[in-house]
Amino acid sequence: MYKSWWKILGAVLVVYSTIFGFLSPVPALPILHQGIRNLYFHVPMWFSMIVLFTISVVQSIKYLSNSNQENDLKAVQSVNAGIIFGMLGIITGAVWARFTWGQAWSFDVKQNFAAIAMLLYFAYLVLRNAIDEEQKRAKISAIYNIFAFPMMVVLLFVLPRLSDSLHPGNGGNPGFNSYDLDSRMRMVFYPACLGWILIGYWIYTLLFRVSALENKAH
Amino acid sequence: MKRLFTTALMLLVTLQLFAQDQDSALVKALYSSERIYVVVVCVAIILFGLLFFLFSIDRRLKKLEKKS
Repeated sequence: MYKSWWKILGAVLVVYSTIFGFLSPVPALPILHQGIRNLYFHVPMWFSMIVLFTISVVQSIKYLSNSNQENDLKAVQSVNAGIIFGMLGIITGAVWARFTWGQAWSFDVKQNFAAIAMLLYFAYLVLRNAIDEEQKRAKISAIYNIFAFPMMVVLLFVLPRLSDSLHPGNGGNPGFNSYDLDSRMRMVFYPACLGWILIGYWIYTLLFRVSALENKAH
Repeated sequence: MKRLFTTALMLLVTLQLFAQDQDSALVKALYSSERIYVVVVCVAIILFGLLFFLFSIDRRLKKLEKKS
């Protein structure tokens, strides 16, 4: 966690994907036009969020098995970091939708369920604030977290596929195939995802280290 | 902090209402040049999000420094 090579790698990949996200050639598509470049910025936000929530659920399980307060702190801080990325994903998604689908919020299944998934994790933070006793708070919120994680996965990846959606990857269309087949786009898209995941992990470690110091100071 | 966040959230909610205005110069500008400015807006939003995170970390560190 304290070594810095992966932070540099993440920074380099994000800078690379931002520069080439704007400069590299993209396939000419109707309606989307250059807006397709948002793929390099909007989608990695969600991937980072999912990785951070996965870290959180792993830490929650660890907490339940060893009752170490540090694991509880890690779980809550990775949710905090994940929520930053989820909010960025929803807002950039709304802006993108405004100029491709015509409305910022068209009550598309993917948008609605993504919002509900965010609410699940807001509820996690509210639940934590509602319980004063430390041990109890850690245990109950860890159990809640273990239930919230598969719900999030179902909301984001299963339910939207069962009905028609404007969002690519849904409504019987698995994956990004129609846009992403272009290998030039892959050259930017994959580094962008890895880079943003590393930056997300970095943000989580910073949040964890500050809150660990705060706990000591108390 | 919470007040600021609520204000931002409320502004976002009203964005939906402004977005209906087809003739606004801003919307027209965003549609122009093959919609590349939509990408610019999204990148700016992500940068704002990261800066917001920096400020929140900074605030917490300030409190820690005061205590020690």
